[in-house]
Amino acid sequence: MTFSPTDVRKDFPIFNRTIRDGKRLVYLDSGATSQKPLSVIEAESNFYEFHNAAVHRGAHQLAEEATDAYEGARAIVATFLGSPGGSDEIIFTKSATESLNLLAYAMGNAPVGNRFALSSKDRIVVTEMEHHANLIPWQQLSARTGAELSWFKVTPDSRLDLNSIDEVITANTKVVSITHQSNVLGTINPLAAIVKRAHEVGAIVILDACQSVPHMRIDVKALGVDFLAFSGHKALGPTGIGVLWGHMNLLDELPPFLFGGSMIETVTMTSATWAPVPQKFEAGVPNMAQAVGLGAALDYLSGLGMDEVHAHEVELTGYLLDKMKTIPGIRIVGPTNTLLRGGTVSFTIDDIHPHDVGQYLDSQGIAVRTGHHCAWPLAKCMLVPATTRASLYVYNDEVDCDALVDAILGAQKYFGRF
Amino acid sequence: MELDSLYQEVILDHYKHPQHKGLSPTFTAQVSHVNTSCGDEIILNIILEDGVISSLTWEGQGCSISQASVSMMTDLLTGKTLEESGTITKSFADLMASKGTSAGDPQILEDAVAFAGVSKFPGRVKCSLLGWMAFKDAAIQAQAQ
Repeated sequence: MTFSPTDVRKDFPIFNRTIRDGKRLVYLDSGATSQKPLSVIEAESNFYEFHNAAVHRGAHQLAEEATDAYEGARAIVATFLGSPGGSDEIIFTKSATESLNLLAYAMGNAPVGNRFALSSKDRIVVTEMEHHANLIPWQQLSARTGAELSWFKVTPDSRLDLNSIDEVITANTKVVSITHQSNVLGTINPLAAIVKRAHEVGAIVILDACQSVPHMRIDVKALGVDFLAFSGHKALGPTGIGVLWGHMNLLDELPPFLFGGSMIETVTMTSATWAPVPQKFEAGVPNMAQAVGLGAALDYLSGLGMDEVHAHEVELTGYLLDKMKTIPGIRIVGPTNTLLRGGTVSFTIDDIHPHDVGQYLDSQGIAVRTGHHCAWPLAKCMLVPATTRASLYVYNDEVDCDALVDAILGAQKYFGRF
Repeated sequence: MELDSLYQEVILDHYKHPQHKGLSPTFTAQVSHVNTSCGDEIILNIILEDGVISSLTWEGQGCSISQASVSMMTDLLTGKTLEESGTITKSFADLMASKGTSAGDPQILEDAVAFAGVSKFPGRVKCSLLGWMAFKDAAIQAQAQ
């Protein structure tokens, strides 16, 4: 079956509406959050309508059904990521941001002797292209523990500078936390060399996969990373649900982060012991309906086929880049070809401020993101205060790309009038 | 076109030809403000002499709305007493909170009534207020000197 974005659009109720006085909705902001297919909306609402109860508690049928639905979603995520340890290695959080903070805080809780304990003798490595969610938790952990924060630089052609890999990932490095695909540049980072070097020195590798899990086939075993975080809402799922995957032996040794109900084994007035993974990391009643919605979203993506999804996006990105390159005064901030690149295209036009570009595009029914995209250090390194970002997904087609290019030309005309 | 109510000619003119841009070498107070959601920045110098704003100069980068608003504000407030500036600032803040229901008072705001259209775009109200927030801060600091 050939992949058809036109057919895909039919599954997303939001495309039945129009924007700004009857214009076709051209949604190019999936990098911020994706739209939802009807199956996801229904899965979430069906949970509330028919099965709502607190999971893992309650001696009644609804609690059983809710638990089945919630644990069923966990199994779907495990299969989707190729989790070698199955469902038990999948931890539900409220977002990828929380997943990454969970790791950073849990490491901060690690006692001396625990493999995750950090001191001023250790090093944490990130990259200059991180989203704030994968920079600030490590910045703060570094400040709390005294561990040194170091990072891979980004080259002028928007790639990680791996020439100095041995100087960045040093023998005392304990954590390497990097993005799989830049949310600004679209760059897909090659992981093999980084994983190899990190493991040589005994460091763990954490992957921020927010911009890759929704867009390509992910097999955690093949990637060789130790932890992976992604958010549901960028992968056609609901907001309020994120995932942390990790190797069971590591999750076992990692101390908990949030304490409370569900995550304990035994409790006295002065002490407690922890439930096994994943419950150890899921204190409180979780976002159940959202987990179930995420399960439906990943089922939907599997139905499309992740290889097909990726091929569609790469082809469409190539189409868009080729058209954009013909616009005078445009600067594409990111790789200008489709080699190791996803469908996130950031750009500037002449000296028109991105916020003004975005406003004009909006007047034409085109939704984009403008600003520094929660990656302020990267914007500074690329010497742009802000960019306009178009991000493509399963429901976008050449008509959307043509509309964007036409509207960029329109913006140049509009703001050139004074 | 709805967009034209946002991008009034006078706004784009101030964006293209900003007034009082370039920081004075001396100042009573200097403040630096950013719009955290988009990264727009402004540094504002105020010189206060006997309760009169004798100079307001600035440097910054950002969208047409934020930059034009600072430019117009410095035009409007230079030479005014602090008390007068309070009236003008409040009038502008009220206009921006009006969600398109107010045309603004041209007696007080002069050209800045052009921002009435901006108040219809909730995402841009913050842009237009960046300079005015910086001014409030600068006035307080200058008075404390």
